Amino acid sequence: MNIEKKIRCYILENFLFTDDESVLNNDASFLGAGLIDSTGILEIILFIEETFDLKVFDEEMLPDNLDSVDKLVAFVKRKQAAMAAAA
Amino acid sequence: MCGIAGIAALSPVAVRVDEPAVRRMLPPLRHRGPDGSGVYLDPRGKVGLGHTRLSIIDLEGGAQPLPNEDRSVWVSFNGEIFNYLELREILVKAGHRFHSRSDTEVIVHAYEQYGDEFVQQLNGQFAIALWDASRQRLLLIRDRVGILPLFYTVQNDRLVFASEIKALLQALDHSPRISPASLDQIFTFWATRSPNTLFENIYEIPPGHRLVVENNQLRESAYWDWSFPEQGDYLSGSDAELSEQLYALLADATRIRLRADVPVGAYLSGGLDSSALVALIRRHSGAPLKTFSIGFEEKSLDESAFQQQMVEHLGVDHSRIFCRNADVAEEFPAAVYHAETAILRTAPTPMRRLSGLARASGYKVVLTGEGADEALGGYDLFKEAKIRQFWARRPDSEWRPLLLKALYPYLETSGAQAKNYLRTFYGIGLRDPAQAGFSHLTRWFTTAQCKAFFAAELTEALREDAAERLTRQLPPAFCRWHPFNRAQYLEAKTLLGGYLLCSQGERMLMANSVEGRFPFLDHRVIEFANRLHPRFKMRALNEKFLLKRAMSPYLPKTIIERHKQPYRAPDIPAFFSSAPPAYVNELLSQEPLRRYGYFDAKKVGFLVNKARRGGQISYKDNMALVGVLSTQLCHYYFIERCSLSAFEISKASIC
Repeated sequence: MNIEKKIRCYILENFLFTDDESVLNNDASFLGAGLIDSTGILEIILFIEETFDLKVFDEEMLPDNLDSVDKLVAFVKRKQAAMAAAA
Repeated sequence: MCGIAGIAALSPVAVRVDEPAVRRMLPPLRHRGPDGSGVYLDPRGKVGLGHTRLSIIDLEGGAQPLPNEDRSVWVSFNGEIFNYLELREILVKAGHRFHSRSDTEVIVHAYEQYGDEFVQQLNGQFAIALWDASRQRLLLIRDRVGILPLFYTVQNDRLVFASEIKALLQALDHSPRISPASLDQIFTFWATRSPNTLFENIYEIPPGHRLVVENNQLRESAYWDWSFPEQGDYLSGSDAELSEQLYALLADATRIRLRADVPVGAYLSGGLDSSALVALIRRHSGAPLKTFSIGFEEKSLDESAFQQQMVEHLGVDHSRIFCRNADVAEEFPAAVYHAETAILRTAPTPMRRLSGLARASGYKVVLTGEGADEALGGYDLFKEAKIRQFWARRPDSEWRPLLLKALYPYLETSGAQAKNYLRTFYGIGLRDPAQAGFSHLTRWFTTAQCKAFFAAELTEALREDAAERLTRQLPPAFCRWHPFNRAQYLEAKTLLGGYLLCSQGERMLMANSVEGRFPFLDHRVIEFANRLHPRFKMRALNEKFLLKRAMSPYLPKTIIERHKQPYRAPDIPAFFSSAPPAYVNELLSQEPLRRYGYFDAKKVGFLVNKARRGGQISYKDNMALVGVLSTQLCHYYFIERCSLSAFEISKASIC
């Protein structure tokens, strides 16, 4: 499963409680849609840390990194690229 | 306390109430009144009154239903009239003759003396059914704030009423139906809105109301309500003067609630209100005092350290029950059965355990601190509303919303993500802070998100949004009250009356035949508090300012100054931190979810999977899962088992 698919699947099942792909647009803001509360942010961070084996730093907890599927996918890809470059 | 039930004929011909029909309603009320039962039948068959008794005052006399001197007025009564000694004296002077020492007898004579307005003379908690045989009229009356329950329904030209819905079901010819509009209300306000109950066509008499049945007609009217100054005409006085007046009122409210012919205990949570109450009892009663509390396995919910501090400070004899997660899961069905409604929190469950401890220790009566937060301004929600009002004056301010951090210390306020969350979540309704529901918007909005689990058919059946409907049904004066008072009113009318006093209060006490008494809900205390300017309730962000001031000489500083901790019990972790009990797996599986039809089975399946995995559980997920499970349990107990086994479930105790 690619990154986008994994993230979409996670958000659908755990925040929208469905497997209906049509209810989630990749550019929809999680906060704007009222999908996620303060513990929800923690859940998402925990999920990407565990699933993609990376660490999210405090200064990275920005809406620009975390607030939609598109943003999460781009963020994970950047982190993976940075880790690969450092390795 | 006791249980009452009865039937009144609503048709001039054809309908005649018979005694067996009334008697059939009493067994499900046995837990409310294990000490005896009685039935009065009108000779013309117009009405039958039933009663199950828990004897607390005048243990020998006081059997019910009870008549006046010439047996023309009969009463079946659940509750306490705390000022019965004073009232009795007045009535004796007016020429009334008493046959017992009971507070019940005061009711029939007060009715003779004052007519329907006699209720204004009563200081107490009550559900009253009064039959005036000479005028052929029935009065059903409920106390001012709704401490005691009283339900009714109309079927086949008969009015059927009872302290609990399970007794009503005995008199119906079909099982009830769960109302979609009621589920909408529960999944918004945590409770149905009076007079609605979970069930279609079954209503409660709203707090502060009476229902008169006369000439085959029902006429409902209010005799009391929470009300606040409209033109700034608050009580005047210094902090010292007003705190003295508050103390004197609380002391008297407590004193008259210690009247009983059985020992009286108290619940002690370790918070300000129950500590203040226990201190008041110690100061105004010489009798040894026994207190009761709950300790939790889950450390974040446990208040044992504060309880212990008060126990040592006041030298009371204290007992504690310990509540494990698994206990909550096992006992949740019994709590729902007694609450007779869907609930979004498991918190009532340990309260039933606590009343079990009181009863096992030999106590039929306990005093509790309920009502102080509503009357005297204690809730975090009131603070939140105050901060949001302040923020709404400058919606673009960066730092105004950061005040919320003082209120919710766990809120992350650094970083753009957190700030964005703060603005999005707590900024709801900021453009219109004058709107009626402003104080409660965050709670109602978050709770209503649980409606995403409703089945499509249920959502379609809903014609209007519960929150919008509520804001249209407020009293005309509401918009002229101070925003703080508006928040108090909404709280009293939603959570206090609809959940705290019943699902989490009276019903859990009565499940073990224990009567609760609530000095902070003495109407004199409420009326005094309602005339205090909000600055005596919330000084800056210091809650219950005047109560603290009044009680500080008698309480440890740490209790006065501690950050308020809301009472909670474990929700999802109770069911899923280890293997869930069989009923959870059963009721949350796809087949019954589809068959009962309230929820989207597939969505609930995903929620259950998430709960099983553990990890971070959001506030919303907790409410949704507990709400779904309790609705399923209500259907199981009151609809499925009701029709399958011809009401046997109500007759057999399940716990």
